[in-house]
Amino acid sequence: MIALSDFLILGALLFSISMAGIFINRKNIIILLMCIELMLLAVNLNFIAFAHYSGDLAGQVFVFFILTVAAAEAAIGLAILVVLFRNKHTINVADLDNLKG
Amino acid sequence: MEQILFYCFSTLLLFAATMVVTVRNPVKSALFLILAFFTSAGIWMLLDDEFLAITLVLVYVGAVMVLFLFVVMMLDIDLAPLQEGFTQYLPLGILVAVLITMEMVAVLGASHFGLDIIAAPAHHLAGYSNTKEIGMSLYTHYVYPFEIASVILTVAIVAAITLTLRTKKSKSQDISQQVKVCKEDRLRIVKMDAVKPKNKDSSEANS
Repeated sequence: MIALSDFLILGALLFSISMAGIFINRKNIIILLMCIELMLLAVNLNFIAFAHYSGDLAGQVFVFFILTVAAAEAAIGLAILVVLFRNKHTINVADLDNLKG
Repeated sequence: MEQILFYCFSTLLLFAATMVVTVRNPVKSALFLILAFFTSAGIWMLLDDEFLAITLVLVYVGAVMVLFLFVVMMLDIDLAPLQEGFTQYLPLGILVAVLITMEMVAVLGASHFGLDIIAAPAHHLAGYSNTKEIGMSLYTHYVYPFEIASVILTVAIVAAITLTLRTKKSKSQDISQQVKVCKEDRLRIVKMDAVKPKNKDSSEANS
């Protein structure tokens, strides 16, 4: 039988891989968006594992909502990316320093 | 059998995630992300979650990743400057990842969530419908969040279209501008001296 901790550790590994991805691909916005999607996937895996092992359906419903919001986020993020590329002809994070933050 | 499937899917998922992060070409990265979504849909199937597994494949692989691929292929990106600092930040990234993993394993490991603490529930019988159960719950307890989710999707559509819309010079007429027009904008009265035209017959005769 597979223990709950196996799923949780798988989710933790997935989360850390995407975390490291954000560190090492810090110039490329597209890869950063993909890493965020991977993080959401890891979180969803935790939710579903807990929902299964505790016999509660609320976790699955929550994952449904996370999927909805993540799809909206991806659509808006990519739209912003397209507008950004159209105006500045770059997606390099280092070049996006207009706000002087 | 179930364990073999779980470990196969987990290795594939972790491999795909690593490739997403490390591969140089964004198109390949997006394709590996599709693989990651597929394998995690398989893992969700192991957790008796058929509806969300299919939703993941439909929504993510079918819509979101196709959107990603479109954008990646549409943008003409110069990849060389985007790879800067890859090796420079690699040790730091790995260090943080290992630390996070160790902390999470310490909290979520087998000592707290092992089989002897939380026993694996029995799988449902053949007549059980996960979709039906989620639907029952979604349309009774969670109707209000469901409506809010639909509003969020509408906002996302409107925002994405407004952001990327190119406003062309349209030939349509602006009614308010037309109504506001007064005589001074359009009509110019030129004062000039009256000139008596030459006689038509004489001009013809001269030519």
